This record gives sequence, structure tokens and C-alpha cells, in this order.
Amino acid sequence: MRNLAALIAGGLFGAGLLISGMTNTLKVQGWLDVFGQWDPTLAFVMGGGIIPMAIAWAFTKNRTPLLGGEFPARSKPEADKKLIVGSVLFGIGWGLAGLCPGPSIAALSFGGIGGITFVAAMLVGMLFAPKVRALLD
Amino acid sequence: MNHDWLMGLLGGGLIGTSAAIFLLVNGKIMGASGLIGGLVDKSGMSNWQERAAWLVGLFAVPAIMTLIWGVKPTNITSNLAVIVAAGLFVGVGTRIANGCTSGHGICGISRLSLRGIVATVFYILAGGLTVVIFKHVLGVI
Repeated sequence: MRNLAALIAGGLFGAGLLISGMTNTLKVQGWLDVFGQWDPTLAFVMGGGIIPMAIAWAFTKNRTPLLGGEFPARSKPEADKKLIVGSVLFGIGWGLAGLCPGPSIAALSFGGIGGITFVAAMLVGMLFAPKVRALLD
Repeated sequence: MNHDWLMGLLGGGLIGTSAAIFLLVNGKIMGASGLIGGLVDKSGMSNWQERAAWLVGLFAVPAIMTLIWGVKPTNITSNLAVIVAAGLFVGVGTRIANGCTSGHGICGISRLSLRGIVATVFYILAGGLTVVIFKHVLGVI
């Protein structure tokens, strides 16, 4: 059941990314490009995504997940060095290619050699991340 | 002119609904970088099947949709050096920050998590600055 729910969630996520235009790197870079032809789409995607999730979070109060276990606890509200350094590095890559992890997988089947290369490089980056993280400790 | 904002809102709603299902049914935060990264660095092998099933859905549904309705342009740059650098930065950065656009952006902000908000502010600022420098100053992208 957990796997089925995960499959459905992943599929809906992919459909949403495709429909919203987030697999189009020009739309992402267009949103980041405040000095060019600014494209507001990404703000609508974020807003459209946050609303159902805000309702879901409200629903978690005094409840447990349908398939058991506990809802994820709030991480300590610490904006530490790793959070900021990591987010800045991520932002640089996001701006360069116009891709983040979710859309890169969603576009893997039709993104050509560029899309495949991006995912391969991202996986290598993820493999080496624990070593980089250790430098920041 | 076009309905991109409406498609954005609709697609965003689907993204939020998928994250809501993952949270309410499986009790997990649907963060793309965490779900993928946990398989790559083996830190998430205890629930690898759940992660793999999620990845199959994420890969297969857009693949099927584009087979039926035609491919949507990705406009990924043909500059392989830029792609490799971008991929490495995204891979390392999201894992160090413990989240990306889905985890920090959608799931974090929606519960008013300070970490999610701080992360989102910094990756948007860094992304915006990167586009300005590499597009308007250097003309690389």
C-alpha cells in the first residue's frame, strides 16, 4: 500500500510538473530573470502547490498517517550554515540550467541528451554531498 | 495572450495534492532531492521501495502524457559544460540544504517552517543572481 500511494503521488507530481510548465527550463529561468522578460508562472505553481499542502498540514493535527507511523516532526528552526550554503549552491545550479530535482526526473524521457546529462551530474553531486557536508561541520 | 498562469496554478495544485497524499497516507515529506538522494548515498535504503515507486510514477506519467499529447519543449541548454556544472551544484546543494523546491518550497513553506522559508529565499536569490550574471553579463546561458 505504501508503494502504491508513493507511485500515485509520484505520478501526480510528474503530471503537475508537466502541466504547470516546470519541465520547460525557459519558464523557470524566465521567473528568475527579473531584468529580462519576467515570467510569473512559477509563482502560481508555488501558490497552487502550497494551498493543498497547507490544508494537509492542518489536517495532521492530533492524527496519524493513514498507513501508520507518525507525521514528520518540525525540524529545529535553525537556519544553519549548511541550509544557507546548500541553498545558495542549489540556486546557482537551478539558475544555470532551469532545472531542479523533480522536473529533471519528470523530463528525463523527453529531455534528450541534455536532460540525461543533467540527471547524471546531479546524482554524482548527491553522491559526493556527504563529503562536502562534512567540510561544513 | 496565454493561459500559462492558469496551467501553473492547476499544475501547482496537482503538485500540492501529490505532496498531501504522500504526507497524509505515508506520513512523509515529499521532497524530490531527499527521496532521490537517500537512494544515491544509501541513507534512505530502509524504505527504498517507497522511494523507487515514487520515482517510477514521477518518470512514467510525464513520459506517457508526452507520448499521448506530444512532447513539451524543455529548452535545456545545449552547452554541456553548463549542464554538468548545474547538475553538480543542484545535487550537492540540495543534499547539504536537505531540501529543494518541493521539500523546502512547497512542503516547508506550507507549514510555515522557518528553515523552508530561509532556504527558499536563498535559492531564489542565488538563482536570480546567477541568471542575471550568466545571461545578461556573461551571455553564457
